[in-house]
Amino acid sequence: MYLTEEPLDITALLASVQSAERGGVACFLGTVRNHHQGREVVRLEYSAYAPMVEVECARIVAESQARWDVKVALQHRIGRLEIGDAAVAVAAASAHRDEAFLACRHVIEELKLRVPIWKREYYADGTVEWVEAGKRVSGEEGKQEAVSAGASDSSRRPAARIHAVPE
Amino acid sequence: MPVTAPFPITVRVLLFASYADTLGFDSVELSFDPPATVGDALDRLRSLPGGERLPPKPLCAVNLTHVRSGTLLSGGDELAILPPLAGG
Repeated sequence: MYLTEEPLDITALLASVQSAERGGVACFLGTVRNHHQGREVVRLEYSAYAPMVEVECARIVAESQARWDVKVALQHRIGRLEIGDAAVAVAAASAHRDEAFLACRHVIEELKLRVPIWKREYYADGTVEWVEAGKRVSGEEGKQEAVSAGASDSSRRPAARIHAVPE
Repeated sequence: MPVTAPFPITVRVLLFASYADTLGFDSVELSFDPPATVGDALDRLRSLPGGERLPPKPLCAVNLTHVRSGTLLSGGDELAILPPLAGG
């Protein structure tokens, strides 16, 4: 399961990608910040379209593992999170560091563009707002961006063409 | 009995986060005479109270896959209208 309501277990996530052949392991953690656009944030609440999160994360993992010689794992937490809590964790392991870093970066960027998760910020002044950080992703424009995000870097191998957005 | 007109199709529409707040519900069943597209479903939602606040081209998914607004709907489809994503 890519979604959990429990605190993320980073050690287990890393262990799930490590092996004797894969000596390079990259990890990205997204943790809850105490500020957003100059406002003091006291906590967050994440919600999700859970069935699609599972499907879309599986696509991103499959696509990454087809594109690079890596093993990838990720997990996103939902529910109430406090400042400093890890909301998302990505781990990528490969024989060498280059592919591990590339795959790790790819997974978190694609997650932000394609995976249906939303967050509500609770501010110190008592107000609560849905965060629309992904506003650039909304509608057709965002889809083009999602496509180019996977296709623009010519230094990578061609994408495995499991992209979410039909042409 | 001869069929003289196409049967209407029914799709389940899901709304999330700010869109569910805007329209006041998170799930609704809509029926259409085929052919009907995602855009037709969005037009129907816009005719409901609060629906005018939906953006012109929201992110949409049918049966858990991102789609464009011209995508044709089939009976039994699950259409999700997705506010700007904010995972990570």
